[in-house]
Formats: sequence, C-alpha cells, structure tokens
Amino acid sequence: MNIDLSRRGFLKLAGAGVAATSLGALGFGDAEAAEKAHVRAFKLASTTETRNTCTYCSVACGILIYSKGDVAAGEQATIVHIEGDADHPTNRGTLCPKGAALKDIVHSESRLTTPRIRRPGTDRFDEISWDEALDKIARALKDDRDANIVLKNDAGVPVNRWTSTGFLAASATTNETAWLTYKTVRAMGIAGLDNQARV
Amino acid sequence: MTNPWTDIRNTDLVVVMGGNAAEAHPCGFKWVTEAKAHRGAKLIVVDPRFTRTASVSDYYAPIRPGSDITFLMAMINWMIQNDKVQWEYVKNFTNAAFIVKDEFGWSDGLFSGYDPEKRDYDKSSWDYVMGDDGFAQVDMTLQHPRCVWNLLKEHVSRYTPELVQQICGTPKDRFLHIAQMIGECSAPDKTMTSMYALGWTQHSKGAQNIRGMAMLQLILGNIGVRGGGMNALRGHSNIQGLTDIGLMSNLIPGYLNIPTEKEVDWTTYMSSRSFKPLRPGQTSYWQNYSKFMVSFLKAMWGDAATAENDWAFEWLPKLDVPGYDILRMFELMKAGKITNYFCQGFNPLLAFPNRAKLTEALSKLQLLVVMDPLETETARFWENHGEHNDVDSAAIQTEVIQLPTTCFAEDDGSLVNSGRWLQWHWAAGTPPGQARRDTWIMSQIFLRVKKLYETEGGVLPEPIVNLTWDYADPNEPTAEELAKEMNGRALSDVHDLKDTTKLLTPAGKQLVNFSQYRDDGSTMGACWIFSGSWTEDGNMMARRDNTDPDDAGMYPNWTYAWPLNRRVLYNRASADLKGKPWDASRKLMEWNGEKWTGYDVPDIAPTSKPDEVGPFIMNQEGTSRLFTRGMMRDGPFPTHMEPFESPIANPFNAQMRGNPVARVFADDAAQFATSDEFPFVATSYRLTEHFHYWTKNNRINAALQPEFFVEISEELAALKGITLGGWVRVWSKRGSVKAKALVTKRLKPLQCGDKTVYVVGIPLHWGFVGAARKGWGPNSLTPFVGDANVETPEFKAFLVNIEPATGEAVS
Repeated sequence: MNIDLSRRGFLKLAGAGVAATSLGALGFGDAEAAEKAHVRAFKLASTTETRNTCTYCSVACGILIYSKGDVAAGEQATIVHIEGDADHPTNRGTLCPKGAALKDIVHSESRLTTPRIRRPGTDRFDEISWDEALDKIARALKDDRDANIVLKNDAGVPVNRWTSTGFLAASATTNETAWLTYKTVRAMGIAGLDNQARV
Repeated sequence: MTNPWTDIRNTDLVVVMGGNAAEAHPCGFKWVTEAKAHRGAKLIVVDPRFTRTASVSDYYAPIRPGSDITFLMAMINWMIQNDKVQWEYVKNFTNAAFIVKDEFGWSDGLFSGYDPEKRDYDKSSWDYVMGDDGFAQVDMTLQHPRCVWNLLKEHVSRYTPELVQQICGTPKDRFLHIAQMIGECSAPDKTMTSMYALGWTQHSKGAQNIRGMAMLQLILGNIGVRGGGMNALRGHSNIQGLTDIGLMSNLIPGYLNIPTEKEVDWTTYMSSRSFKPLRPGQTSYWQNYSKFMVSFLKAMWGDAATAENDWAFEWLPKLDVPGYDILRMFELMKAGKITNYFCQGFNPLLAFPNRAKLTEALSKLQLLVVMDPLETETARFWENHGEHNDVDSAAIQTEVIQLPTTCFAEDDGSLVNSGRWLQWHWAAGTPPGQARRDTWIMSQIFLRVKKLYETEGGVLPEPIVNLTWDYADPNEPTAEELAKEMNGRALSDVHDLKDTTKLLTPAGKQLVNFSQYRDDGSTMGACWIFSGSWTEDGNMMARRDNTDPDDAGMYPNWTYAWPLNRRVLYNRASADLKGKPWDASRKLMEWNGEKWTGYDVPDIAPTSKPDEVGPFIMNQEGTSRLFTRGMMRDGPFPTHMEPFESPIANPFNAQMRGNPVARVFADDAAQFATSDEFPFVATSYRLTEHFHYWTKNNRINAALQPEFFVEISEELAALKGITLGGWVRVWSKRGSVKAKALVTKRLKPLQCGDKTVYVVGIPLHWGFVGAARKGWGPNSLTPFVGDANVETPEFKAFLVNIEPATGEAVS
C-alpha cells in the first residue's frame, strides 16, 4: 500500500485530540478521562483501508475499500464500505451510480460460493467438490485433445491446432490472470481463444 | 485511447459520435465538463438519439444508425474544399505525398480487385509505387495526380452535404454547422478530441468508421497533441489489458500474430515481418519483432525453446482461417463440432448475437465450464424460465460445471484502463464460501492435464509438459510472479548491442524495458509492451504519486502507462518540423537542439532530429496513413456501406448488401431481413445505472432501472398505436421480445431521401437471472454477422417490427 498517512490513522489521531482538547480546556479533568473512555471510535478507525479500482468501465476510477479484518495480514476480512479515492487523478473521489453501489455487488445474493454441476438432461445444479470438478474438466480436455488436435495439415505442415475445445476469457480479470490463462490455453494448442473485446 | 482521460481538459472541441460518454463513462466524461467550464471548449454530439451526452452539448445532430462513414467522408471533403487543413502536419506526418499504383481505383461502391465469388478483394493494386532505391516514391508538393492526397480528394468528392442528408438523414444545415466548428480545429493551435465507443465498433464496417475519424483528425493535425487524439472509450475494466495480452484467436501478447499454416516454419514466419522502412532514416520499430517473439517463446517454454528448435515455434497452433473468433466458434458449435467450451467471466448467451442460435449451439456441447463470481444466463441456458428462456431441459444433454471465482475486491493485480495505464490493485476481502482466484483454477486445470499426459502419455505432450512453471507455489502462482514474467528478465547477461563489453542487465535480473529484449535466447518476456512495469526498482504499476507538472494532465508517476510510461501516443507529432510545439501554451514535447524534452516520454529516440525521423515509428513509412495499402480487408479508404439489414439501398450500388467482404455463414444469410417485412431500424445501448448483465445482480442498481424497456419516438408510437408505459412486442427475423414502451422526444424520425426512418432503441441490461425483473437483451433480435476485419457483431443497426402487446408479461 502506498498511502502515506491512512485515513484510519488520521482519524485515530483526530478523534483522540478532539476529546482531549475540548474538555480539557474547560477544566473538567476527571470528566475528560471519563468522556474519553466512552467516546466511540470512528467506524473507519477499526477497518483496514485498501486501494483498488472500480470493476466496471475502463475509466478505472480509484476506490478505497474498508474491511473488518486485514487480508494482507492473513486475516479473514469482510468488506463494509467502498468509496471513491479522492487522490485518484481521473475520478478525484467521484463515482457513478454503479461505482457507488460496488459494495452490494461484492455481497450480491447471486455470488457463487460452491462448485456445482448440471448433469445432462436434468433441470438443476448439484454441488460438487473442487477436486471432482477439476478432475472431470482435465479428463474432458485430455480426451478431446487426444482425439481431435490436428498435428499436420494435408500438406504435411505441422499445425498443432486444437479447434474442438474453445475458451472465452474475461473482460475484468487482472493482467496476471490473463497471462496465466493465455499461457495454459495456448500451450494446449487451443485456437478458439477469444475475449469480450470481440464484442 | 491515444491520450489519457485527464488530458481531455486540454481540448477545444469534443466530438462524441459512436458513443455516449456521459451515460456510459460518467466519471471520465467529467473531463469534458471541465474543458467546457475552464477552457471554453465546445461539445458536439452526433447520434441517432438525443442522449444524456447530447443534453449537455453545444450542438447536436441526428444520424441514421450505420451511416457514419458518409458523414465522416463528407466532413473530410468539406475540410479539403474549404482549406481547413493543417498543411505542414499533413505533408510531413501523413502519407499524403506517397504515390499509389495506377491500377488502384474505385467504382460502384467497390475498390479495384473485387471478386464477388470469394467475397474478397485482390489487394495488390492498393499499394505504393516503389522506386529503384527500394523506397516508396513521394511527391512532397502533392501535385502528382496519383499521390494519396489527390486520390483522397477525389474519393471524398462524392460525399456532399446533400448526400449526407439523403443517406444519414442529418439535415444539411446541421451538418454544415458542425463542419464549421470542426474546421476551426485545423489551426495549429486548436485541437479537437474524438470520443467513441461501441456505437462505432459494432457494425459490419466498424473499423472503417473509426478510420474515417482518424483520417479527419490527421488532416486537422490533432493526433499526438494535448487535447487531441482518437479516444476509444473501452467498455470494461480490463478489456484493454486482455487485448494487449493477446487473448484473441489470432494474437500473441503485445500485438504479435499467431502464425497461419502458410507460414510453414520460423524462417517463413519471420520473412514477412522484416518491416523494412519505406522511407530513408525511418524507425519502423516493428523491425524488432523477432526480439519480442523469441522472448515470448522463452517465456512460454524456457530451456525447451532453443535456437536449434526455432524457439519451439512448431508448438504454437497454426491457423487455417483468419481466426477462430466467437462467431465462428458458435457456428462450429451449432454444427456439433465443438466438444468443450469455457466461459471465464463472460456471459455469451446475452453478449453474442442471435440468442436462439446460441442456445441451439450450447445445447450441442458435451461440456460447458463457467467460471464467474456471479450467476449468469449462460450457466443456466438449459433452465426453463417461461417465455424468457423457453427450453426443454430434458432434451439438453450438455453437462455444465459452474466454478465460483473471486471478484475485483478479492485479488491483487493490475488492470489496463482506457488510457493504457496499468493500475495495480490490492485484495481487501475474503472470498465468499469456496470461491477461488482464476489463477488457482487455471493452474489446477493445467496441472491436472499435465499429470494425465505424464502418466498416460498422449498426443503431442511436449508443449504441455515443457511449459515453464517455476513458481514458488506451483498450485497458485502469485500476481507478482506473473507480472514479473510479463515485464521480462535476463536469462543470461544482456549486453549493449553496440558496445558488447557493456553489461546492461545481469542474468536473473528484471529487464529495464523492451529495448533490452533479445532474439538470441538471452531474455524472456511475455508481453513486450508491458516491459518496464516491474523492474529491479519494483512494481511501477503500484505507484500512486499524483503530481502533475504544470497541470499538463499527464501524471507521469501515477501507476504506469504502456509503452515505456508514455501518456500520449505519437507525442512527437505535437511539435513541428523544427521541434517547436504547434501551440506554445500546450507544449507536450519540444526539441531543445540536442534532445526531446517535455511532459511525456518521447515516442522517437530522444536524440532523433525532428526533421529527419517521423513520429509514427510503428509504421514503415514513419508517417501515419490516410491510405492503408492492403492492411484492411474492405478498402484503403472508407467507403459507404449499408448495414446488412437496412431500410435503404446503397446509393453507390443498389445490389450491394452490407459490407461486401464481411464473412456471412449460409444459415445467417437466410435470416437477414428486408425493410418490406421489418420496416424499423433498431439499435442497442447502455444505461448509466447498469453495467451490462452484471448489475442486475445488485439490488440497488436493479431498483434504479428495474425493468426492460424499448425507446421509440412519439411519431412511431402514434403510427402503431403504442402508449407510454404500455407493453409492446418487438421482433426481428431471428427472435421476439416483450418490453415496456418508453415514448420520448429523444428519438425523431429521420428523413432519408423519400424514406422516413423510425428508430427503436433497445437497452441491454436484462436477462432471466438476478435481482431485476426478467427481460431480454437486444441479442435476441440481432443478426449473426461481424465486422469484415475484426468480426465484432453488428449490434448497432438492424431491422425490426413493433406492435402493441396485450396482457402482462410474466415476471
């Protein structure tokens, strides 16, 4: 993280300062300590602040995400608030109606939480373990590749082209995911690789 | 975008045509309002609909969907006729002076070399005359009758304001008013910016729409300057990055090409990629192609890629067709020729054209794998949702595996914004349930396939078992490790090419940038254009210094822009032949007598003299191109083509349907309609409250725009007896949808010659899963045909019919 003074740290300092100076100035020595003890900390003071960018269009507005817990420290973390990053040169803290509602897409009821399988001819999804799902996929890939990859064309030229399995890549995954996807998909010889940029 | 979002503040005139930035890119559009408020900039909107962008414009003109080329060619004609040309720029920075072969020509809407049987051109005549010295011949006086400038002048002479009124339905006086506003930007100290999006790309001639505006911008001298440029407003947060990294059928990261099977070996592949300069002293940077390609192959296969095996070139797939793009893949799927299909964060059942065809195709798969953070229609294509997805589940034998992935807030990594900034972000939350990162999922699939090959053997295991995989945790490579691979590193010591005693980067260290890429196997680097983003100095994409020297709008230390942290492409063109800025108040780069200085990283060598080396270093000419030789399938100049479904015939050639070289599959051709049967023009668009098919999963956005509607004019409503808020049925030759009618003044009938054209607007945000009411997308109606060059589907102009519907739709 590259934020010199986090808003959380700033609020901790500011909150304590306000309570101490205003009451202290009025001469309530004991009252000051009592007041300070029950002043509730700002909500943001108990959260972790993380820099991110909006997941929607490619204006790529800067956002700040506030979580209970710190993922970077290996903790469980729940996102409680998202707002525009005032330091970002493009959006300067502003967000559109989609960006302003980002927290609710993170916690959408439509988020997928478990691998599932829809078996041929049925009308439902069943849960399946990651291992079983991944093994099934790997088996299907190998069988189809062995059966259908074209090693040479009619002229005897090596072409190593696999066209009977295709892969559509995303539009919002990271560059790093994109490169790993490219690497593995092309190593297998898949020709039908495309992404959302096509539309 | 050639320029960053933050540079729009520097413009004098914004033209929004082929997009609706206020609606689709609201926080970027704020830079337009900034320019209006603080520079006195003007905003022009040309669109079939009076959009949210139009509502804050200084001048608006309507246009019939799919007629943009006519408007743009007429604009160029007007500039030439009225001497609104930035002459020094045109003569020196474009190929206006290049002489073209005598055989090149145009008649009846077609260029020389057309073969109707093949639906293709023989493009051999679309080229320069070469001199005995091996360079293209030029006439810097622009007097030669066959120079590009005079051919362009003749080509656009057919496009008059009267023709604009006839073809586009744009009133002549509105066209002329806009021409005058744009013409002012031919002055060297005035700039215009073009902001466009899918309103230009989603046509069967989308690439030519964009070329039309790029040519106009070159004639006005507006490319490479602050406040100028061709600014493609990319739609998704990393659609730019996914393209940069080459996740397209025919690409390799950094805009290299997957070989075709005609390129039988490495030598043949490289022989057509020498990129010899076409004029003396020019850079022609693609001459370094072999360095980028060998470094990519070393990134793939490491020690197994050697000089002896031509860097494992043989292991790459070789194409027998231009590309296995999405339209071809679904055509093959429908024919039962695809076994397995993967959708990683992509919902094709709503994103591709002709949904009925898509459902039929998906039903013929053996296995569909969907990786997504959210429920999608595609993952549930087999599920009956009444009229919204009326399928027989029992008859569909496709197995579907749905894998839960993380979302943006739960992983680290970089995204490329529209202005080519690579911005690193950090994970903030724990993924829900068993959701996993895509990097883990892809690794697990790959490692399992690899193990099967290692234990069972099989066909051509070499490219799989030899793929480099030197990650600390093989089960889940980190974003840092993958980002470093894209930057590239030295595999053995890298020395200066001119002084081989000088060590640049020792073995094992990150390369400084792509100038250190080598083709002798001493470097690896997966994506040359990203090189410089993660060096020995660390992660440049994580930088967050928002200092902006002299308020130039460049923010050079904020994250990292490809290539080489350059913020404005072609920035050398911001200065004249002596290296002085065209506009002293908007300096970007300046020649100080010894080198280039200024607010950006120059795109020519820092010591290249201004009168010797041209600004367009990626082109063999050293100039930009008003005439593109044989590089585009449908012509070296844009020429008017109607959409495949159009209410009027092409005035240049009544027999010509759509783009004459676009690929059309037989079944789809049979589903093209005529205006006798389907009299109304439809077009698709976005709303600001929604993002595609994602935000209907968000209750807030679903509440803001809960229900599918179509937008029509008061005149069409009166004609068909449709009331505001009433139900309508809209249907094409491919499908039918039911929607609420929004009757507005924002759409007006267009008068194209003797034909009155009514437009139906269809927003694209509803489906049958999520928190919003069930509805349809425009893709239930749209034709299955793409742009002739890049196969982007024609979503923006097609034919429908409409009638009032009775009864309540099921919701």
